[in-house]
Amino acid sequence: MTPRTVTMRVWRGDASGGDLKDYQVAAEEGEVVLDVLHRLQATQANDLAVRWNCKAGKCGSCSAEVNGVPRLTCMTRMNLLPPDEPITITPLRTFPVIRDLVTDVSFNYEKAKQAPAFKPRPREPDGTHRMRQQDIDRVQEFHKCIECFLCQDVCHFIRDHDDNKAAFAGPRMFVRYAELEMHPLDTNDRRQLLQDREGLGMCNITKCCTEVCPEGIHITDNAIIPLKERVVDARYDPVLWIGRKLRRRKS
Amino acid sequence: MTSATDHVGETRVAIRTGPAATLRQDAWWIAPLVTVVVLGGFVLYGLWVTFINEDYYAEPYLSPFFSPCLADNCEHQTAEVVGDWWNLSPALLILPAPLGFRLTCYYYRKAYYRAFLWSPPACAVGDVRARYAGESRFPLILQNVHRVFFYLVLPFPFILLYDGIRAFDFADGFGMGVGTLVLLVNAVLLGAYTLSCHTCRHLCGGHVDSFSKSPRRYRAWQLVSFLNERHMQIAWVSLFGVALTDLYVRLVATDVIRDLRFF
Repeated sequence: MTPRTVTMRVWRGDASGGDLKDYQVAAEEGEVVLDVLHRLQATQANDLAVRWNCKAGKCGSCSAEVNGVPRLTCMTRMNLLPPDEPITITPLRTFPVIRDLVTDVSFNYEKAKQAPAFKPRPREPDGTHRMRQQDIDRVQEFHKCIECFLCQDVCHFIRDHDDNKAAFAGPRMFVRYAELEMHPLDTNDRRQLLQDREGLGMCNITKCCTEVCPEGIHITDNAIIPLKERVVDARYDPVLWIGRKLRRRKS
Repeated sequence: MTSATDHVGETRVAIRTGPAATLRQDAWWIAPLVTVVVLGGFVLYGLWVTFINEDYYAEPYLSPFFSPCLADNCEHQTAEVVGDWWNLSPALLILPAPLGFRLTCYYYRKAYYRAFLWSPPACAVGDVRARYAGESRFPLILQNVHRVFFYLVLPFPFILLYDGIRAFDFADGFGMGVGTLVLLVNAVLLGAYTLSCHTCRHLCGGHVDSFSKSPRRYRAWQLVSFLNERHMQIAWVSLFGVALTDLYVRLVATDVIRDLRFF
C-alpha cells in the first residue's frame, strides 16, 4: 500500500522559546506516531529532539501530547488520528522544556525521594517473610507503572497551577504511596505525611490520571481514593474516633 | 479551539489559560454538557417535588423523595417522629442525608468538578481558576464528611425495601401492581449504589493490609469491588430510578395514568 502524506505539526524550540512547525511526512500503514517522528527526524529535521527507548510501551520514555492529549507516541497508531487534519505533537506541558519534545521530568524524581521507604515488620521465627497471593494482588497492579509521567502531566493541579508543585506529589507518587501503605509487610504509617506534605487532600479526583495511564492502572479508584479513605479513618470518621477513645480508656 | 503554543515560557510550553487552553481536537465538551443537563435536570426536578409538597402518595405507593415520611403533615406517615409544628415539606427532614451522600460521592465529585466547576472541564483542558487548592481547604475539605453521610444513608435502602413490601398491601387486600415493582427496583438500585460506594469498599476490607488474615473481609471486599467498578453506571441508573419512581407515583396520584395490577 502506498504511504500517505500527513501534516505533522511539531513543537520546535527550547527553554528560551519555540513554535509549532508544519512538516509533510510519509506515513505507512500500521505505523505509530513515533515511527513518523523518526522518519521526520531522518529526512527533514535531523536535529529534532525526541526521547524514546523501547518502542513497545514499556519504558515510558516517549511521552508527549498528541493532538492535545498526553500519550505514549509509540503506542498511538496513526490510523486512529483524524486522517485529513494536521497532527499536533507537543512536549509534556507540566514539565520544563529542554528541547523540542524533550522535557525535564526531574520533578518526579525529587518527589520520589520524599517517600519514606519500605519498612518491613520483623521476620518470622524461621527467618522468613510470608505473604499470600491475595495479600499482594492489590499492590501488584501498582507495579505495572512504567513511570511515563503522563498522569503527572495531565493532573490539572500542577498542569495549570505551577505554584502547586512544591506542595503536591502527584498521581504517580500516590500510586507509590498506595503500594507501600497497602503492603502486608510494611509498618510505616504515611497518612499524616500524605495529607500534610504530599498534598493528597488537594487531589479533586477528576480521574484524568486514570484516563491517560497506558498501563490501565486504576490510579484514582485503587490508589488515590483508598489513600483518602485511610486519611478519613485517622481524621474525619467520628465513629472510629469514638472507638479509638473507648479502646484507649479500656487499656 | 486550538490556541497557538507560540512560545515557551521559562518553565514549560505556554498555552493560553482558561477553558480554551487546549490543543484537543475531539469533542471533549460533550461529556460535561451531558452532565450539566442530566444532573442539573435532576436537581431541578428534586427541588420541584420537594417544594410542591403534594401528590407523593398513591395508595399504597410512597415516593422515595418523601420516604421515610416522618412529620404529622405527611400524606402518608411512615413513623411519628416530628409533630405538627413542622409545616414545611416533610422531604426536607430526610433529603439532606441522601443528598449529602450523592454530593460528596467520589464519582459525582468527578462529574460536577468537571461539568459545573470546570476544574478542569476535561482532561488536558485548562482549569478556569488562576489558583486552586483542591480539597485541602474550606469549603471542599468538607468532602471528607462522605463517611458520615455513608453511615446516615445506610438505613435508606432498607426503608425503601419496606416501602416496596408495603406496596403489596392494597385497600382491597394483597396484590401487586407496576408501582410495586417500580418501588422494589428502586430500593435494589439504591442499595447497589450505597454498597458500591468507595467508602463501603474501604470499610468492608480496603483498610486491611493482609487479606489472608481476614478471609471474610477479603470476600466482602471482592464483592464490593465488583460493584465499585460499576459505581458510575450504578450512580446514574439509581439517580434516574429515584426520579422515575417519584414520577410514576405522581402520575398515579394525579390520575394521569392508572396503575396496572398484576393480581
